[in-house]
Amino acid sequence: MSDQNKEYLILRDDKEYEVIIGLEVHAQVLSESKLFSSSPTKFGSEPNTQVSLVDAAFPGMLPVINEFCIKQAIKTGIGLNAKINNKSIFDRKNYFYADLPQGYQISQYKNPIVGEGSVTLDMPDGEKMIGIERLHLEQDAGKSIHDIDPQNTLVDLNRSGVALMEIVSKPDLRSLDEVNAYIKKLRSIMRYLGTCDGNMQEGSLRADVNVSVRKKGETELGTRCEIKNVNSIKFMQMAIDYEANRQVDILEEGGSIDQETRLFDTKKNETRSMRTKEDAHDYRYFPDPDLLPLELNDDFINEIKKEIPELPDEKKKRFIEKFNLSPYEANILVSDIETSKYFEDVSKNSDVKLATNWITGELFALLNNKSIEITESPITSENLAKLINLIKDGTISGKIAKTVFEIMADSGKDPKKIVEEKGLKQQSDPKELEKIIDKVISDNPKNVEAYKSGKEKLFGFFVGQVMKQSNGKANPQLVNEILKKKLN
Amino acid sequence: MTIDLKTVKHISKLSRISIEEEKAKRLTNDLNSIFKFIEKLNELDTSKTEPLTSVAETTLKLRKDKIESKNIREDILKNSPEKNKDFFVVPKVVE
Amino acid sequence: MSEINNLKLCDLVDKIKNKKLSSKEITEAFINRSKKSSKLNSYITDNFDNALNSAKEFDEKPDFNKKIPGIPLAVKDLFCTKNLRTTAGSKILENFIPTYESTVTQNIIDHGGIIIGKLNCDEFAMGSSNETSNYGNVQNPISENLVPGGSSGGSSAALAAKLTPATIGTDTGGSIRQPASFTGTVGLKPTYGSCSRYGIVAFASSLDQAGPMTHDVKDCALLLEVMSSFDTKDSTSVEFTRGNYLNDLNENIKGKKIGIPKEYKVDGMPKEIEDLWEKGIKIIKDNGGDVIDISLPNTNYALPTYYIVAPAEASSNLARYDGVKYGFRSKGENLIDMYEKTRSEGFGDEVKRRIMIGTYVLSSGYYDAYYLKAQKVRRLIKNDFDEAYKKVDAILTPSTPSSAFKIGEKLNDPVSMYLNDIFTVPINLAGLPAISIPAGHDNNGFPLGLQIIGKAFDEQNILNIAYSIEKNIGYKNHINDWWIK
Repeated sequence: MSDQNKEYLILRDDKEYEVIIGLEVHAQVLSESKLFSSSPTKFGSEPNTQVSLVDAAFPGMLPVINEFCIKQAIKTGIGLNAKINNKSIFDRKNYFYADLPQGYQISQYKNPIVGEGSVTLDMPDGEKMIGIERLHLEQDAGKSIHDIDPQNTLVDLNRSGVALMEIVSKPDLRSLDEVNAYIKKLRSIMRYLGTCDGNMQEGSLRADVNVSVRKKGETELGTRCEIKNVNSIKFMQMAIDYEANRQVDILEEGGSIDQETRLFDTKKNETRSMRTKEDAHDYRYFPDPDLLPLELNDDFINEIKKEIPELPDEKKKRFIEKFNLSPYEANILVSDIETSKYFEDVSKNSDVKLATNWITGELFALLNNKSIEITESPITSENLAKLINLIKDGTISGKIAKTVFEIMADSGKDPKKIVEEKGLKQQSDPKELEKIIDKVISDNPKNVEAYKSGKEKLFGFFVGQVMKQSNGKANPQLVNEILKKKLN
Repeated sequence: MTIDLKTVKHISKLSRISIEEEKAKRLTNDLNSIFKFIEKLNELDTSKTEPLTSVAETTLKLRKDKIESKNIREDILKNSPEKNKDFFVVPKVVE
Repeated sequence: MSEINNLKLCDLVDKIKNKKLSSKEITEAFINRSKKSSKLNSYITDNFDNALNSAKEFDEKPDFNKKIPGIPLAVKDLFCTKNLRTTAGSKILENFIPTYESTVTQNIIDHGGIIIGKLNCDEFAMGSSNETSNYGNVQNPISENLVPGGSSGGSSAALAAKLTPATIGTDTGGSIRQPASFTGTVGLKPTYGSCSRYGIVAFASSLDQAGPMTHDVKDCALLLEVMSSFDTKDSTSVEFTRGNYLNDLNENIKGKKIGIPKEYKVDGMPKEIEDLWEKGIKIIKDNGGDVIDISLPNTNYALPTYYIVAPAEASSNLARYDGVKYGFRSKGENLIDMYEKTRSEGFGDEVKRRIMIGTYVLSSGYYDAYYLKAQKVRRLIKNDFDEAYKKVDAILTPSTPSSAFKIGEKLNDPVSMYLNDIFTVPINLAGLPAISIPAGHDNNGFPLGLQIIGKAFDEQNILNIAYSIEKNIGYKNHINDWWIK
């Protein structure tokens, strides 16, 4: 991997090359039925059980468009601050493949439903705006399975015809970190809108990556190569890095880049040229004569605008103002809509600072360990709020709270109950604490001497002893205060 | 515009139809006479004309997002040339 | 021949409703005559046994409220019929049995009709003589070795030979009207969007339209009522109030303005056709109609436009015939090899020619010069009609530039074959309705037709005008059953 500087550059001797990246993200639309047929879209069903006659392209079958998918695309366009086009056209993209039953894909070519827009990324060195070229609707293809039968390919058309939004960025991305942030931002926006679940493992979010290089300072764009169907951010980054280096190597040797389509080999970690056929790019686009132009009036679009919830950027601003969070903290809490909901639930009933720390710290660690989403969290937002309040009102210490948290994670129980049952209440009675402290002091005369004669580090020893004697329940602040008084 | 044999071979690849040499030559001749006939359109000035894609005097009807299609796997696979109860089966793509 | 075969559709409906004939009797009559007529080769698949059962079932529980109760009909093999083989005249669908019914044939069934078989046609509806079918040529019952026209050649032949009381076809560039003209029968292409295209094997999506083919205009009106419906499964289907075409049939054409387009007077047009046209014009005048000269300036560009647009759409519509999901498949070493062999062996020469044309005109570098250009000229052609309809209510022209020709006569020159459609093609490009009625004979005694073109959705008007002309001409087909030994 190249240097992980703020600026992502490919270095050769004293030369610096910058990498120009554009992404074409394919996002599966969340809808009950497919784009042009009324079959279900659920992931993971038995093969060919979600296929209609239209999906399988039987003779005489015709497409009928799903209104909801149109709305989802418009919503997404609004989330991308983009122009919604009142008139758009569906075109046929013609090519042959086993998982493309019609022999063409219904897509949009010159007149997409959504035009130019932008997305703001929160990078460590400030905000960066990435331009969106367009968003259009198109059919997803089926799946070709090559590894079950050694002689043949098996085809499952369940996915054939599911609605996809293709979001094309302008070539504004310049680093692997930006690519990561961009994908995450897109995903976040769509999850907020409920237009795509952004699940890369299930394939509901995929990307084709366009990469070119040029010497830093040049303004002309270099020839780009397209890397198709990369299905994780990590692979995207690896593919870009490999490809950028490959291109720089060629240029350094005095060669030129061939514009081509490549695949990323995840085993060898390199990009490979797909078999170039002369006809590889002749899709012979033409308007689909089985459909008519999609004409949307402003009322239709405005109705949809009303349904738009508070989006990540707005929410982030509000969190910073209302809750006094740092931009960094706000970012983490708003990037996923479920997390932001959880956070707001917790903080409305408890301390904001503690809520922030506990969610971004302990809770995220728990979710990570169990590989679950916040919606599946065994600790509800109510219960986390209760836990935080127990800390705030001194019932338990922060340290004890961690133990309680673990028990909550396993049992899903109310923290108050746990504290009761396990007798975890903090010992905050000064008289009781004095007793313990006095005993510790009297039990350790040598250390007391040593401390008094300057070994200040021994303070920790006394604290530790008090904690031990109190089975960890002594209120740490009070212990500190009282100990200090007694030892000085 | 004359179409040559090379173009005919290219088009036949694009349309996934194999054509033997002899037939390809005859086809080239046929296509050329057809295209000579089609070229007549060049007589017209259409620079200010909008293309007409459809004569359907209606607007695009939008369908409600309801699942209406049941699992009809048996019907879907019934006419399949290569019998398999779950999948369509095709020869492997050469990588 | 049983007397029943001589009865027309409306007459049969009357007789059934009055219980003078049973569905079984009628169905048997047409099945028997069909069985004797294999020389015509008008059937690809028969449904005789099932049809007879359906007829008996009908007789047991008749419903006389239906429009064509218990009436047997054979239909063009381009309509997908449930559980009944559908080939589109092609080898590539030689074993295809649909699990679904097209909307139009469903309408026929819902109105009491019984489907007795699938009729021969040019492969994928591409042809004007029924000589491109994988299932052999069809003979025109008018005379031996004569083409019946195309692509609905099996339909027009079966109808003229009285193997079916009426039938349905599809018309993309004239495939109903031209064969009607060649066989002395009536054929109507409705306004685009009138009949649903769902379940019809697609040729050129923006041009295809199903329509009735009958002995006379009354039958045509009735069958159109049955066929035409708004269908949400077809996005190009138009929602409009379909008329009571039969009920409202009216031969009074007083005051109607009929246009005569000067561009249809082509050089070298046979005198018989000119005379026929004059005959039609005179009938209109005699019956109180106004005959007005009009101009459709871009008429000569219609055929070249059609031969860009139709193949382009077809090349894409036929991409699904790849041997993967259904139909014929050839063994291949790999996927591409399988595709290439399957489509090479599965498609006939004319289909391949048109796929190649279509692929070429859409291909990179040629799209603007051909396809886009053709779409622009199409608008000019439509505009011509829109302009003309400011002055007239309908337009009268000959249906075809000649009568039926001999089988094999035009096979060597595709362009001369295409010229058959010169009078019919502009109507498909503009999406308008048009009807062809038999109006006379040429010197060989072969039928010639007149075409009445209407405004969009104005089928009633052209039916009425056709009705009037038909009454005045009193055309009779002379069929001598030469194919039955």
